[in-house]
Amino acid sequence: MSGRARLAMVALAGVALAVVLVVAVIDLPRPDAPPPRSAKLSTSVALHERHVTNIVAGITFDLRGLDTLGEELILFAAAVGVSVLLRAQREDSTMQDAADAAEQRRAQVPASARALGAALAGPIIVFGAYIVAHGQLTPGGGFQGGVILAAALLLVYVAGQVLALPTDSPVDLVEVTEALAAAAYGLVAVGGLIFASAAMTNFVALGVTGHLLSGGTILILEVAVGIEVASALTLILAELLDQALLRST
Amino acid sequence: MSVLQITALIVVALAGTATVAMRDPVRQAVVAGIFGLSLSILFFIFGAPDVALSQIVVATVAVPLMVLLALAKLGDQGEDE
Repeated sequence: MSGRARLAMVALAGVALAVVLVVAVIDLPRPDAPPPRSAKLSTSVALHERHVTNIVAGITFDLRGLDTLGEELILFAAAVGVSVLLRAQREDSTMQDAADAAEQRRAQVPASARALGAALAGPIIVFGAYIVAHGQLTPGGGFQGGVILAAALLLVYVAGQVLALPTDSPVDLVEVTEALAAAAYGLVAVGGLIFASAAMTNFVALGVTGHLLSGGTILILEVAVGIEVASALTLILAELLDQALLRST
Repeated sequence: MSVLQITALIVVALAGTATVAMRDPVRQAVVAGIFGLSLSILFFIFGAPDVALSQIVVATVAVPLMVLLALAKLGDQGEDE
């Protein structure tokens, strides 16, 4: 295909995309428009029937709780897939080499970067736990807090304390934690079937709106998702880091 | 639409263009992170703090890091061959 024909095709596709986008955007409600009826309704339901002040959590973990179960399992499957693919390529003997290389490289990390990473890791873990635990009250929740918790591990990496996972035991621990957290979400969903009328129905005390222990199963689900996301990301990043270190030996 | 909203939209457009225009993949990963951060500010200004929080952690922490790690692996492979 000649350059001109390609250019013509790109131009045609670009114009078509622009037209579709304009048509799609034109009918969207303005940002300052009054909220639609469904917004008021879901706000009222989340606040009065689920005792949560973060309406987004009320929607993702109650009204659309089954969708969130699917999303959680997608992340679980992704982490398992990465581990299976990357682990098939590595051997135990080279793992020791990678750990040795990491040990040598630790000395090359500047002291300032190590100090900063070590100093920030603790506060970021506390912040991540705060975001997870307050998901039913303020913006945030299990997913966001989980990624923040996993970012704390990266700071430990920057600090040069743990550059490789030389033995398999820490990874095993992360794997088991991840699987348990994913299963916990499923169990809460099934718990609704057993203790209440339908899957995902709340079956624990709702608590006082605005208090830390409120929202019933939503708080349990937030914590489960937080642990699941943190361990899934830790697993994926640890496997990728191992690969990068193996490559450099 | 307020001045703040229009400014955020323009910054997102500029950062998106810069991401595409960047040719070196390593720099592109970093610029894509900045693009993600500008998007999260846009979400926040338009009243979606929850989405903004997800956007910050995914687009500025997780995605650039995974791209950089993948590039590190691919780059070393290229040297071997």
